[in-house]
Amino acid sequence: MEALTAEVAVNTLKELGSMVLYIILGTVILEILVYLVLGKIFKSKYTLPYMLMIAAIFGITMLVIYPIGYEVRLAFTNMGLRHFRTYTLSWAQGLKNFGLIFSEPVLKQIRFFPLLFRTILWTAVNVVFHLAGGLGLAILLNRQMRGRGIYRTLLVFPWAVPQIIAVLAWKGEFHYEYGFVNVILKSIGMQPIQWMVSPFWNFAAACITNIWLGIPFMMVIILGGLQSIPLEFYDAAEIDGASRWQQFRNITLPLLKPVLTPAVVLGIIWTFNNFNVPYMINANELETTDILVTALFRAAFEYHRYGFSAAFAMVIFIALFIIASVYIRMTHGLKGAYE
Amino acid sequence: MKNKTKQNNISRFFISPSRGDSPFKRVVIHLTLMVACAIAVYPVLRIISVSLRPGDRLLSTSLAIIPKDASLYSYYRIIFEKPFLLWLWNSLAITTTTAFIGLILASTSAYAFSRWKFPGRGPGLFFLLTTQMIPAAMLIVPIYILAVRFQLINSYRGLALAYSVSSVPFSIWILKGYYDTIPRELEEAAKIDGASQMGTFFRIILPLSTPALAIVFLFNFMMAWNDWIMARIMLQRENMFTWPLGIWTFAGQFRVEWGSFAAASILVAVPVMALFLYSSKWLISGLTLGSVKG
Repeated sequence: MEALTAEVAVNTLKELGSMVLYIILGTVILEILVYLVLGKIFKSKYTLPYMLMIAAIFGITMLVIYPIGYEVRLAFTNMGLRHFRTYTLSWAQGLKNFGLIFSEPVLKQIRFFPLLFRTILWTAVNVVFHLAGGLGLAILLNRQMRGRGIYRTLLVFPWAVPQIIAVLAWKGEFHYEYGFVNVILKSIGMQPIQWMVSPFWNFAAACITNIWLGIPFMMVIILGGLQSIPLEFYDAAEIDGASRWQQFRNITLPLLKPVLTPAVVLGIIWTFNNFNVPYMINANELETTDILVTALFRAAFEYHRYGFSAAFAMVIFIALFIIASVYIRMTHGLKGAYE
Repeated sequence: MKNKTKQNNISRFFISPSRGDSPFKRVVIHLTLMVACAIAVYPVLRIISVSLRPGDRLLSTSLAIIPKDASLYSYYRIIFEKPFLLWLWNSLAITTTTAFIGLILASTSAYAFSRWKFPGRGPGLFFLLTTQMIPAAMLIVPIYILAVRFQLINSYRGLALAYSVSSVPFSIWILKGYYDTIPRELEEAAKIDGASQMGTFFRIILPLSTPALAIVFLFNFMMAWNDWIMARIMLQRENMFTWPLGIWTFAGQFRVEWGSFAAASILVAVPVMALFLYSSKWLISGLTLGSVKG
């Protein structure tokens, strides 16, 4: 085992510090280049903004666009552990990769469409429970009462714990004999559940964990939205004789919409892409708990089918893009983000 | 007049959403919230409980928070017998670097996006918005292969760069949203006083944006600090591990060391949670900064 010594620390700092210095140096050089080319030769009136952006343009090209392009290229190869350097790149191979996604099991048994269906189910179940739980708690908290601050702080705990710790702790608590979930079930006279072995209950365990993790975010966002609604609206509705439900339906919900829509979009994207929860809770590599993202990880790093996984990642991204844009279209959620 | 506002306040108190809550309803609300708090907090308390268990009783069916014969042995073990401090250091160094790279590349370019209508601005913004949706997990395959090709596997630089893939576009998007809220009149006034465009940016806009810069730094820090998947593919040697990878090996499938896992978790989680609870108000305002305005 290696310990943290002064020498180790200095080496780390050297390696990372020199990289930051290179980045700053590179930024300055790029800016001078843009200044000379655009400013002196072309006399563009946009010299300054391009100078400001050039470092980011270069960085994003290298860090984002290049990997995306490389992923597209990989999707047309048969790269794997056996063909790591001697892979073939061809249209036929690409077509084969994309065809394999839909015709053969993606992992050992699970096929693409059941996986997509399960991912959508997973996203829907989680986001619905997050919304319901968050809305319920926010409404309860949105009143003058004793201990409000304490409740709020305690309820935010699941969000504040680093996710990986919470997920691994939950995994331990789903242990058949020693986890508190089954201990409590037994103590109230119910049968303990095979959380780690049964496909249905393992998926349920992942859902429970993720719902527990996600409610505080929605609660805090919704509470903020509720507090920005002027009380006069409720006074007026009261005078007009509106019932509690009518007030909720016609005042609270419409006024919450600008807060809710982006929160739900984020929630959908985060849940759809949640890797830690389904992967960690699934201790026995049940393919019945996998969602698209965890299946992608396994196809790439357990089955080492890199070319295939690259094609698979592209298909997943298109699925996510369609789902998110349908939702955004439906709700006009991002109006105004563009100006 | 004064009397009227007072009366208004009184009526506000009675007509506020808590008005007319009968004592019974109030009891129900408090009970519901207490149950919810218990559900939210109990799993976290359990981690403390496991970390205090003496070595021979790590597995127990007791539900008590403070176990009998509580011992600090697990803490001693991870600090002196495991490379836990080294993992923390690795995480800290890589994470800070990532957060700085995000700021260096984003602070000026976001300003360009906010103030100029240059050619390519629209597609640029659309691209940035789209990259928000591509989670790093979608790019693990090309990032891994490229890291192997460029010999960045098992290096701090490689991991810091891999985190920058998502942190740079995100930082630009958030900062652009914040710059948009700073009135242009400020710059015009400075211009009249004879300041150059860049002088205005560095002397007026940047200082005004300190809260947004802090939020971006904190977000990028948190994102990289809590990441597991990227570290998993980039780091293979145990002495290079970041803490999430480290504690995962404690709670892994083959050699479960719940005591070490729990103690390490507590040592990591306590400062993170303190920071989080302290800054949660800003974090939330920052999160919606880029997406909703006004």
